[in-house]
Amino acid sequence: MADLTPEEVKHHIKTYATVFVALAFLTVVTVGISYLDLGVASAVTLALIVASIKGSLVACYFMHLIDEKTTIYWTLLATAAAFIILMFVPLGAMLDQARI
Amino acid sequence: MDIPYTVKDRPDTGLYNGKLGVWLFLASEVMLFGGLFSAYIFLRTGVETWPTGADILNVPLATMNTLFLITSSVTMVLSWASLKLKDFGKFKLYTGITLLLACAFLVVKYFEYTAKFDHGLFPSTNNFLGIYFTMTGLHVLHIIGGILVIFYFWIPGAKMWKTDPERFTNRIEIVGLYWHFVDLVWIFLFPVLYLL
Repeated sequence: MADLTPEEVKHHIKTYATVFVALAFLTVVTVGISYLDLGVASAVTLALIVASIKGSLVACYFMHLIDEKTTIYWTLLATAAAFIILMFVPLGAMLDQARI
Repeated sequence: MDIPYTVKDRPDTGLYNGKLGVWLFLASEVMLFGGLFSAYIFLRTGVETWPTGADILNVPLATMNTLFLITSSVTMVLSWASLKLKDFGKFKLYTGITLLLACAFLVVKYFEYTAKFDHGLFPSTNNFLGIYFTMTGLHVLHIIGGILVIFYFWIPGAKMWKTDPERFTNRIEIVGLYWHFVDLVWIFLFPVLYLL
């Protein structure tokens, strides 16, 4: 993001406005979903999908990950792998409980 | 001796040092919050029944707080864009709005917490409230940390704009990365704790 022309920065500003509208809309969608009479599994899945879309918008456009250097992508790939393992730790505990 | 690569990119990483440093810090933050999300899954899947957040917590206030944080993320990135356009006045304006929204978030959180305490609901009451106060409390600490850093760059640290504008712009870019991360964490905390 070092060598941006003023025109490119102005284009970015328009993108930020669009992303803001999308985030506000998706926040309303998130709340709306919670009022639907869905099962726990469907509600969790839907809510996490919407949150992931919102998170991706913030990461890609506000944090400029859509146009970053490879060093950062590799760092985040390693982080994502460790994060996923962390999320599966409770699953291991559940399997242990099921065996008992 | 000057600190190297505060403005120019390092040839091996392709980044200025501060930016890589903040991304590595954020990677550690992912694991910090990841540990708590993992604990949440562990607690929730280990019991027969789990309360719906909306029955205990205040969803309209949390929705308002979500909008505050999203808006503050936009104003933060606009303050960086203003510096890129060499418009210091707009930088001051957008950074000021960011701080205002961050403080508004804290005020709302204060009312949420005190309402819970008034009803006798504490972290020790049950597992749901325990993980709720732990996760949102850690998030609040991050908001306070962000406010302190952003305030520094808004008033005392802003004098660097006159002496080294490119370095100052980079500083705002990386404090912005931190702030967007704090927003990103809330984007997941909100549905997980309040809506499910």
